Amino acid sequence: MNVRLLPFAGFVLVLALLGFGIRWSESHDPREVPSPLIGKPAPQFSLPLLDDPSKKIGSADLAGRPYLLNVFASWCFACRDEHPILMSDGKRLGIKLVGFNYKDEPDDAKRWIAQFGNPYDVVVADFPGNVAIDFGVTGAPETFLVDAGGVIRYKYISPITPEVISTELLPRIAELNKQAAR
Amino acid sequence: MMIGAWSSLARRASTPLASSRRYFLAALLLSGSLLFSSAASAIDPLPFKDHTEELRFQALTKQLRCLVCQNESLADSNAPLAADLRRDVFQQMQAGKSDDEIKAWLTARYSDFVLYDPPLHAGTWLLWFGPALVLLAGAAAIFVVVRRRARPASASSNSARMSADVEDDW
Repeated sequence: MNVRLLPFAGFVLVLALLGFGIRWSESHDPREVPSPLIGKPAPQFSLPLLDDPSKKIGSADLAGRPYLLNVFASWCFACRDEHPILMSDGKRLGIKLVGFNYKDEPDDAKRWIAQFGNPYDVVVADFPGNVAIDFGVTGAPETFLVDAGGVIRYKYISPITPEVISTELLPRIAELNKQAAR
Repeated sequence: MMIGAWSSLARRASTPLASSRRYFLAALLLSGSLLFSSAASAIDPLPFKDHTEELRFQALTKQLRCLVCQNESLADSNAPLAADLRRDVFQQMQAGKSDDEIKAWLTARYSDFVLYDPPLHAGTWLLWFGPALVLLAGAAAIFVVVRRRARPASASSNSARMSADVEDDW
């Protein structure tokens, strides 16, 4: 090979790397934190209900059946986009939908639910954000699929869309149901 | 004192140049106050036992990445999640946990993403040794070029002119 072409070849290589980086970042969010919790047991928790803080519900009460944990807050703009989808398509999931109110003033959260409707079977409130840290939550909305054995099977960051329900959540829930039937 | 300076500035600001200077000064003061206010509120008042513990806390949180803001460490960030994590780091320090234990606690929840100094494993191999590989490739390229240039010069004096041409081209 001609030695004079070496710098040019190097330049083309760097250019190709740059192009790859641009293409890659179009489909990947570099800020998305990969969850190390997938395939691991969900953290043990016990949190007060939003409607009645004197009552608590936790991982022990939810065990035995798969559930979807949806992190939301009244301060979260993207949750407003997600909420109507949960209202209209939440029942399609066929599993318990647990609302996880994250770092929210209870009054704000209650008003939010009253205004936009309640798609959840139960809403727990984590005002200090400790349980959210155990779940590796970085913001809202985030959604966790937990199986009957309490293992986190799937995590979705950003608002759920009907496509996400059809292509990501429903096949996984069907898989969980099949395993349970076996 | 500040107001006195402002009014005297306003009185003198009769020419266009002076008024543009005044706006510049106002912008400077505003940006300065914004800068200081954000820096001040990023620091939570934590009841440290002594200065050594505070230094250890500062050093540790500087090595940890804020998860919701780009390019800010846990020590610098204003985000609510960062404040929560600082509180947790502080509590664990009080409980006698070592720096490594605290980092392990964080990576169990947020993966290696939370560390600014990523550990060496299969996924980070290229990250750690990639620059060395590039350096080696460069050294190899230089070695080849130098060898090729040196050879005709030492082989015969006839080709000395040719090799000089080659050098001109480079």
